[in-house]
Amino acid sequence: MASIDMKNIVKKYGDGFPAVNDVSLDIADGEFMILVGPSGCGKSTLLRMIVGLEDITSGDMVIGGKRVNDLAPRDRNLSMVFQNYALYPHMTVYENIAFPLRLSKTPDDEVRRRVTEASDVLELKEHLERKPANLSGGQRQRVAMGRAIVRQAEAFLFDEPLSNLDAKLRGQMRTEISRLQRRLGITTVYVTHDQTEAMTLGDRVCVLRKGKIQQVASPRELYEQPVNLFVAGFIGSPPMNFLPATPEGNRLKTPFGDVELDEKRAEAVAGHDLLLVGIRPEYFEDASLVDEAKRPLGSVFRARVDVTEWLGDSQYAYIPYEAPESIQSQMRELSKELDSEELRTQAIVSIDATSRIREGREAEFWLDSRKVHVFDPESGDNLTRDAEAGAELTRLASQDRVEQLEESQGRAGTSQQTGGATAASA
Amino acid sequence: MRFLFRPPAAEATGLLSLPWERPLAEWDPELLLEVPQRGISRHVVRFVATGGQVFALKEITERLARHEYALLGRFEEEGLPTVSVLGICVDRPDDQEAILVTRYLEYSMSYRWLFSSPRAEHSAERLLDTMVELLVRLHLAGIFWGDCSLSNTLFRPDAGALAAYLVDAETAERYPALSPGQRAYDVDLARERVGAELLDLQFGGLLPEGIDPIEVAAGLPGRYEALWEEVTAEQVFGVEEQQWRITERLRRLNDLGFDVGEVELITSPEGAKLRVETRVAEPGQHRRELLRLTGLEVQERQARRLLNDIVAYRAHLEQTEGHPVTDAFAAHRWLVEVYQPVVDAVPRELAGRLAPAEVFHEVLEHRWFLSEQAQRDVGTAEATTSYIAHVLPRTPKEVTTPSVAAELTPGAGRGVPRQEPTT
Repeated sequence: MASIDMKNIVKKYGDGFPAVNDVSLDIADGEFMILVGPSGCGKSTLLRMIVGLEDITSGDMVIGGKRVNDLAPRDRNLSMVFQNYALYPHMTVYENIAFPLRLSKTPDDEVRRRVTEASDVLELKEHLERKPANLSGGQRQRVAMGRAIVRQAEAFLFDEPLSNLDAKLRGQMRTEISRLQRRLGITTVYVTHDQTEAMTLGDRVCVLRKGKIQQVASPRELYEQPVNLFVAGFIGSPPMNFLPATPEGNRLKTPFGDVELDEKRAEAVAGHDLLLVGIRPEYFEDASLVDEAKRPLGSVFRARVDVTEWLGDSQYAYIPYEAPESIQSQMRELSKELDSEELRTQAIVSIDATSRIREGREAEFWLDSRKVHVFDPESGDNLTRDAEAGAELTRLASQDRVEQLEESQGRAGTSQQTGGATAASA
Repeated sequence: MRFLFRPPAAEATGLLSLPWERPLAEWDPELLLEVPQRGISRHVVRFVATGGQVFALKEITERLARHEYALLGRFEEEGLPTVSVLGICVDRPDDQEAILVTRYLEYSMSYRWLFSSPRAEHSAERLLDTMVELLVRLHLAGIFWGDCSLSNTLFRPDAGALAAYLVDAETAERYPALSPGQRAYDVDLARERVGAELLDLQFGGLLPEGIDPIEVAAGLPGRYEALWEEVTAEQVFGVEEQQWRITERLRRLNDLGFDVGEVELITSPEGAKLRVETRVAEPGQHRRELLRLTGLEVQERQARRLLNDIVAYRAHLEQTEGHPVTDAFAAHRWLVEVYQPVVDAVPRELAGRLAPAEVFHEVLEHRWFLSEQAQRDVGTAEATTSYIAHVLPRTPKEVTTPSVAAELTPGAGRGVPRQEPTT
């Protein structure tokens, strides 16, 4: 296992266009790093440079302390997991996992040791002597993971591994990959365009846009303290609402009434004429359902509801609003870049599932003003980001990771002992 | 549902009546054709026959289906050795995956049969060389295969040799040119897949003794590098030797199965530098010539063999008739008097096991063999009779090309449901 350190990595193609532009990223030993972004952001190119499929135009790729820029893929000892795996019908599950070792002429007892270990982790032990024909979809994928494990690679690399699976298997495999990575503690780089995968799998997530890193942080930090409009818009589903706003003292005038800012944030936004205020759907509530104690922490406004969507456990209301042409065109551009449907000038608001708010009527909403962010529409910068609070979230996440790792590896030790005892008694 | 087809697709209209709305795995076996020799697939793959042709149907996600459909179409246009794609069916009900339809490569054989048949005279080395040639050709064209394996390659007998075809482009990616890392990675994958596939045959007791899967697989990267080097290397030599050097290089490339597109020669006082741009398309000079003369569509080596026989027949005609004849005239007479009688002599029960041109090639080989034994020229008629009695039956029934097999078993896999009698 190894750390992966990238220093000022640039990838330019023949036409001089930088597909990856000055990327510096340190992935810790044992860390699960996600590369995410819309198509064309450079995430796959970056992964291919780690693997050795693409030449690096400039910069250093360092794996386990060794510069690998000029090494052939196989000399980097990395494992691309489930890339087009095949199961071989005449070979047992055991041999289906073992064959990469057979091809490298690994001694039999070493093969046995590694395959047994891998099958423990993957819970494939009872299936080892069977032929693969009757394995379930999930078990087949686990055999593919077994092959990667027995190689004892420095790191696992995944390139949109779930994009070709059906929805059910996709969810199952997401859990499986996460559990396995925790259990093995192997450095993992995972490319996806799916933000659910990004948010649920990664210790840290690297958001890329047009070949440049936007932000590298824990999923929580990305969600709560996004560095700019792009990250704020990309992370979260349904997406963050962006409303036009004009500052007036420590208040922001918005289509949904005035939003009060604390002193620090008011200071940060002073001197701008037109701003964008970013409000996540769940920062809203049906005002009639808000606790009296909580009410003063936010503002209340009335608006006409266009559509409501009741999903049983949750409910959304869509509220149209007016925005100046300059803001509208900027929102159009952002949604195009994010590969999302064109943002219409309507807010998506999460309200309690029990709310009786009706379509086509006016209703009263409450807005938690403590959590809103304010963006500079020109530069896209988040003017109210609290870097310290963000860093704290990422620190907590990495602490969790270390604890989970120790815990699961401790547990793995115990279960192996029990496994051994069972095998001995059998 | 939506069907996208690449013309000409007239022969495929019979496919439209198939139950596309249902999962492929649940299709009535009566609609399907059993193809005994096929590789390992991760997906549901089925075969159907209609309009005298056989099609392979593969269920995959729409994204992959569209990708593979577009790539295979382009590969075919460029003359690369790949299967021919017919179309895709998307927007199937209940969010089912798409279906990709390709034309079955007639008279092709999978590696499983090549190794496990009693006629396994094709050594592992030969198979590997054929496959490496295909990989080099694809790499020259800027194609990263991503899944080069014996299962994803079909082999066609070609006048005693083999020709390899790409049959699965699901993972393939097209670039203006490949980096050394991409090529190396593709070769690594190929080595691993081939090793695993041969091990699998060994576990199944299907691999002849004396073939070591690990050794064979380990030899693949070396073979690949050697061929890549021969095909792409820049040569530097003295100006005085340039003429024979160029001739030698071009002949060598032709022998390796590659055509040359353009030769670039840069001379300087130190010497001449030769760069050769190799064509990625399959060589087709003899094939085109034979098609022009006879209308026969065969493979390149077969065509060379047949053309040589036409030349010999022309000489024979000129001698017996006492005056020169045109090549078109000779070819026509040869077709009627030499080629067709051999092909027509194949009885129904042995039909479709080898392509007609391959049968003809084998008859010529057999004639040579018999003549040598008898110390006289036995003639084509006698050779044909002996070949059909003793040699052709050694090619087992299982390899009968599916379109012929479908004709031999009426009603099987016709792509149209048979009427069940009402009770």
